[in-house]
Amino acid sequence: MILTEDLRRTFRRRGAVVEAVRGISLRVERGELVAVLGPNGAGKSTLLRMLTTLLRPTAGTAQVAGVDVVADPAGVRQRIGYVGQGNAGGHHHRVLDELVTQGALYGRTRAAARRRAGELMEALELRGLERRTVASLSGGQRRRMDVAIGLVHRPGLLFLDEPTTGMDPQARANLWEHITRLRREMDTTVVLTTHYLDEADAMAERIVVVDHGEVIADAGSAALRARHAEDRIVLEVDEPATVKDLVDGATVVGFRVELRLADGARVLPGLLARLERAGVTVHAAHLHEASLDDVFLALTGRSLREEGAAA
Amino acid sequence: MSVTVVTRVEPDTVRPGFVRDTVTIFLREFQLVLRDPFSLIFSLLQPLVFLGLFAPLLAGSLSSDALGGESPLTWFLPGVVVMIALFGTGSTGANLLYELMTGSYERVLATPVSRPAILVGRALKELAPLVVQAVIITLAALPFGVRFSPAGVVVGLAILGVFGVGLGALSYALGLASRNREWLFWGVQQTLIFPLLILSGMMLPLESGPGWMQAAATVNPLTYVVNAERAAFTGALADPAILHGAIAATLTCAVGLVVGVRAVLRSAG
Ligand SMILES: Nc1ncnc2c1ncn2[C@@H]1O[C@H](COP(=O)(O)OP(=O)(O)OP(=O)(O)O)[C@@H](O)[C@H]1O
Ligand SMILES: [Mg+2]
Repeated sequence: MILTEDLRRTFRRRGAVVEAVRGISLRVERGELVAVLGPNGAGKSTLLRMLTTLLRPTAGTAQVAGVDVVADPAGVRQRIGYVGQGNAGGHHHRVLDELVTQGALYGRTRAAARRRAGELMEALELRGLERRTVASLSGGQRRRMDVAIGLVHRPGLLFLDEPTTGMDPQARANLWEHITRLRREMDTTVVLTTHYLDEADAMAERIVVVDHGEVIADAGSAALRARHAEDRIVLEVDEPATVKDLVDGATVVGFRVELRLADGARVLPGLLARLERAGVTVHAAHLHEASLDDVFLALTGRSLREEGAAA
Repeated sequence: MSVTVVTRVEPDTVRPGFVRDTVTIFLREFQLVLRDPFSLIFSLLQPLVFLGLFAPLLAGSLSSDALGGESPLTWFLPGVVVMIALFGTGSTGANLLYELMTGSYERVLATPVSRPAILVGRALKELAPLVVQAVIITLAALPFGVRFSPAGVVVGLAILGVFGVGLGALSYALGLASRNREWLFWGVQQTLIFPLLILSGMMLPLESGPGWMQAAATVNPLTYVVNAERAAFTGALADPAILHGAIAATLTCAVGLVVGVRAVLRSAG
């Protein structure tokens, strides 16, 4: 569905040169759901904007839905849907009007566009907001409208740039349900960016980590964690030094003993039993399973969570 | 590596084409005008204000010789119509500035909509009130004993429409160039629009002005449009001024669309 080869984009602004995307080669098959993860400024939006013909690549090639983005941008636009990072609706326009206009822009008749707009208002829980102006919507409502606009023409390939940012948990869950249904019923291919690690973890079969314009990891969530991060077991005991001698690889931190390992959940029960047999009293045992954030930290030396909080 | 390029379009998609897309873009913008009738009402009052406040002064300070023997109103009103079109379409790009800051412009660009249609649809929205304004002016002039030819007014509006689309497209290109720099748009727009306006003989006749002004007027496309409107409104449809105005308008339109579409394509890359 998508095939890029050494895709690059350089921005020049008043003498300053920013290499936003520095040689990305990516292959996405029909029906896949790929989450692109990366800190602010990593080049995620730039990548998506090249794939959706909104930016011309500085170098490299990209085939989207079988069409070259530079040779036939109009052909690409026919076949894709795009929800950008910004808000799609004109501020003074009404919600329903914008959805109908979007249908018309894709060649639907007014009647068909109106019908589809009604379905989407329902599906994304926008009912009752038909005649409100975009400016009067809350941030989360506006985001849901953006997604509705991107879905109007039932694209076979959907690009979503931080679709759930600003949505409450219920709205996020609802959007995911909708996307899951689209994939099941229409085999829609989805490429999205997100800063919510739990979301990428739960929904995407495949996570592409981008940093400084390059892909630094590309795998399933479980594989990424197994490869790039470790679980951590922390035990609270009276005599940490004794425990350290009993357990290989343990380190002492105050009254705690720390152990880094793979598959902590399976190791922990045996470990506790062994310590009990040795007469050690364990007051508390904490298991910190490796998260995508740990993966991120291992790969980039930075925590995505802090970046997300700062943004 | 060989890649098969699939050119099949999804079965339920009709390629909309330029005209349909223009209508869609026009309607999207015009919805706002309809919903906010006050701006429309004020824009309709505008010509009447000029009619009531400016024309009497003009009549007092100029002999009818300076106006080519016409009554001041007959001379002045077509100029007002052009002026309204000038300010209306000249601000086409201003409405875009806001959409550039949100994702709204990008969203439209990501659809298969025809690129020229984006420009033309928006310029037509700025021109639409002009039709009503022209009718009001024509009617309001009646009590003053001024008769305009309805057929001539239609021809005049057509020429003005072509010119306005070109100017609107140029304004749009300026809006794109001023992305994130709103001051730039207004600075350039105001710097250009007033000299263009004065050097076209729209508000005051240039015949009494210095030679360099008259020379400047001959290279100002707006001069020909203004002259064509004056001829058209009086029904002098055989006057060569009409042809010259039509040519000036067509050239402006062509240049505007080329510059505008280029700007749109460049903004996407
Ligand atoms: N139009 C532009 N002109 C100049 N620089 C740009 C432009 N667009 C993006 N950049 C720069 O390119 C880099 C990548 O930006 P991009 O928007 O792709 O990041 P991102 O991964 O989407 O970040 P975020 O998580 O904040 O959305 C940044 O350094 C940004 O400042
Ligand atoms: Mg981004």
